[in-house]
Amino acid sequence: MDPGAPARPAPRRRRASGGLRELRRSPVTVLLAAAVAALALLPLGYIVRYSADLGWSGITELVLRERVAELLWNTVRLVGGTVVVCAVLGVGAAWLVERCAVPGRRVWHVLLVAPLAVPAFVNSYAWISLLPGLDTYGGALLVVSLSYFPFVYLPAVATFRGLDPALEETARGLGLSTWAVFRRVQLPQLRVAVLGGSLLIALHVLAEFGALAMLRYPTFTTAIYDQYRATFNGPGATALAGVLVLLCLVLLVAEIRLRGRRGYARTGAGAARPVRPVRLGALTGPALLALTGLVGLAVAVPLSSLATWLVRGASTSLDVPELLATTGSTLGLAAVAAAVTTAMALPTGWLAVRRRGPIATLLERSTYLGSAVPGIVIALALVTVSIRAFPWLYQTVPVLLAAYAILFLPRAIVTVRAAVEQSPRLYDDVAASLGASAPDRLRRVTLPLLAPGIGAGAALVFLAVVTELTATLLLAPTGTTTLATAFWSASSALEYGAAAPYAVVMVLLSAPATVLLSRDARRGLTT
Amino acid sequence: MSALTVFDVTKSYGSTPVLTGIDLHVPAGTTTALLGPSGCGKTTLLRIVAGFDDPDSGTVELGGRVVAGDGRGVPARRRGIGFVPQEGGLFPHLSVAANVTFGLPRRQRRDRGRVAGLLALVGLDAALADRSPHQLSGGQQQRVALARALAPEPSLVLLDEPFSSLDASLREETRRAVAEALAATGATAVLVTHDQAEALSTASQVAVLRGGRLVQLADPRTLYRSPQDLDVATFVGEAVVLPADVRDGRAHSEVGVLQLERRTADGPARVLLRPEQLRLTAPAPDLPTALVRTVDFFGHDARVGLELASGRAVSARLEGRDLPEAGDAVGIVVRGAALPFPAEGPDDALVSGPEVRTEDAPADLDATWTTAGR
Repeated sequence: MDPGAPARPAPRRRRASGGLRELRRSPVTVLLAAAVAALALLPLGYIVRYSADLGWSGITELVLRERVAELLWNTVRLVGGTVVVCAVLGVGAAWLVERCAVPGRRVWHVLLVAPLAVPAFVNSYAWISLLPGLDTYGGALLVVSLSYFPFVYLPAVATFRGLDPALEETARGLGLSTWAVFRRVQLPQLRVAVLGGSLLIALHVLAEFGALAMLRYPTFTTAIYDQYRATFNGPGATALAGVLVLLCLVLLVAEIRLRGRRGYARTGAGAARPVRPVRLGALTGPALLALTGLVGLAVAVPLSSLATWLVRGASTSLDVPELLATTGSTLGLAAVAAAVTTAMALPTGWLAVRRRGPIATLLERSTYLGSAVPGIVIALALVTVSIRAFPWLYQTVPVLLAAYAILFLPRAIVTVRAAVEQSPRLYDDVAASLGASAPDRLRRVTLPLLAPGIGAGAALVFLAVVTELTATLLLAPTGTTTLATAFWSASSALEYGAAAPYAVVMVLLSAPATVLLSRDARRGLTT
Repeated sequence: MSALTVFDVTKSYGSTPVLTGIDLHVPAGTTTALLGPSGCGKTTLLRIVAGFDDPDSGTVELGGRVVAGDGRGVPARRRGIGFVPQEGGLFPHLSVAANVTFGLPRRQRRDRGRVAGLLALVGLDAALADRSPHQLSGGQQQRVALARALAPEPSLVLLDEPFSSLDASLREETRRAVAEALAATGATAVLVTHDQAEALSTASQVAVLRGGRLVQLADPRTLYRSPQDLDVATFVGEAVVLPADVRDGRAHSEVGVLQLERRTADGPARVLLRPEQLRLTAPAPDLPTALVRTVDFFGHDARVGLELASGRAVSARLEGRDLPEAGDAVGIVVRGAALPFPAEGPDDALVSGPEVRTEDAPADLDATWTTAGR
């Protein structure tokens, strides 16, 4: 009898059968999570359904047109160009800040994350209002890249911190130069982080509407919007949305395959020893110049442009009560959306940890899939569905909240999930053995442990809603303006001065989230 | 304090049996160690006793009350069982004081004197009361976890590998503090461990689990001196196992003619010696000789690897003084008697039929040892 032999298949079987049995023990939670997943998949389902209704000939007629080919080319070259530029900027900046002896590394880190506090459409407004000639491919590439390169920079920084310095020291000991160490040791290990960040950027660029509309650079999103404005919910807009969703799905599949290989990167508790940074010597000057240039373009230009317009606009058209009222309604809307979305995230996040299994994974992934659909498509789907199925819901706050939930659920789920993971079942067991009843355990153990995660998730959703433009434009009830839509209507009318105050408030509100993000990457260093 | 009785408990996950027919009695006020390699089901048994899992069949009785089985399942929170998980499991959002008083009624939770008393019980300074769990060392966390478990005066304390995450120096100190606290409160305790030294030194009774079955339940000395079979013998300590020929109640082996601990039929057999029973002398014509291969010096003692004339490798444990060098030829003198086991072979099962049970081990010797120990 070999007791070791049958031990191997046991845990796997336990998980499979236990998963189902355990799922049955929490039917209400499963039901709630399934409803959330269904809502998240609604826009995708709408696109599929609509395409099926159109039929093959209908689709070919609408899609195989010169205009679509032109949009496709515009979109693809913008996505490709942005990804390349962002990868170079992000990895280069991360290497300088994390591995080189540049003065003021902490300050540079914060400054390099700062562009995330400026919504892309605000950045684009800041540039085009300064240089009206930027309505070209080059202009769009510049503005979008400056807005999105932190998405590569942040994971690259985190990876640099997680890399075992011993590897680099060994390589140096083997006689490799600094450049060779970067190319042969660091870069291969950065691959997953850079690819992940690049895919995220690609998805964002596909979904980007405000910035590109402002720059008058036509892509699928702007074309869908124009179609929608012209013909309301005609088949043209939906067919374009179908192509756009298809592009997103291709990227998603790539992302899922990449995620499968993520075990390749080191996931341990970060570097134990501090790294001795590379001395740049005579190259310190050029390195500082490069960082200054990047931060100048990505942060200083938009902020000073905003400041200029704010000063100019203040003398003529600053309507303080209006600004306050809009800020108030935006904050209210964002607060409600944050509460609703976080509440929706709880069952899914809890199941994903405590009832691990294929069903829980499916429910969780559904929400990710749903939120990868561009906001303009989600809005279009909700408009159509609400008009057809629930006309009394059309142009009401609940529909807008549903759109926010679909868009931002993953942010809440990720944080809730992490919080549940940090509160293992063990604490529940110990509390039970000490005589605490189930409601008692929820109050004294589970909720206090989850509270920071729930709060962080809600804050992330809140801040995302404050600067959300696309879905709000299409779905906000008549008469409801948010900071983003007020900014949009002013700047679309070329009233740059009137738009500036709204942009400034949005930037100020986004700043805390940005600080959180930069701290998060820092934390990777110490824990 | 109550006695714990586990009767015929069986548990399986899917079609994989984890526990099969476990019978275990823990007398009130004593400590029993569940000893076994990882995956033997010891933690599952602990969770069933605690009420975190239900047995498929069989019963668990606590102080004469059935708490699991027979269609009854008393929930964990009503069992009055203190649980000390592997790495302490202190609530990270609560201070040490709040952790320790977690299981007390609301009015008593503010009683600083109570907190200080409980901390003193596990050998900790009352100044730690306001710290957060993450500010404590691993050993301190374990002690706080024990204080938390003891606070509501449970009828039974369960400890799940409480020392396995500690490093060697801390482990011994923490183990002693835990043993003292358990003794001071007169608690009935069950300790799960895979470390035989920990089990032998902490518990008054050791239950050896293997493949989901309880193989032997005995006090530590009996377990070490009269293991049920050679597997248990090698699991609870280093062993020298030699083939021998039994004639007239004596075993003729490579290391000489040995006295036997118990009577066995004449014929081929295997005998068990412990390394500390081998003494090395200068080689002499009337002594079995061996060649010293290795010497592992530990300070307080040493392990000497020997190669017998047949080429068989065995080890001896010697005091740290007067050690031979590798390459020396030495003579072997055996102190004390050997324990006989059936000879190896395909008919193993048949031979092991009338195996001597633990209870039948030489009673006189056992008695002297245990009385001397108490």
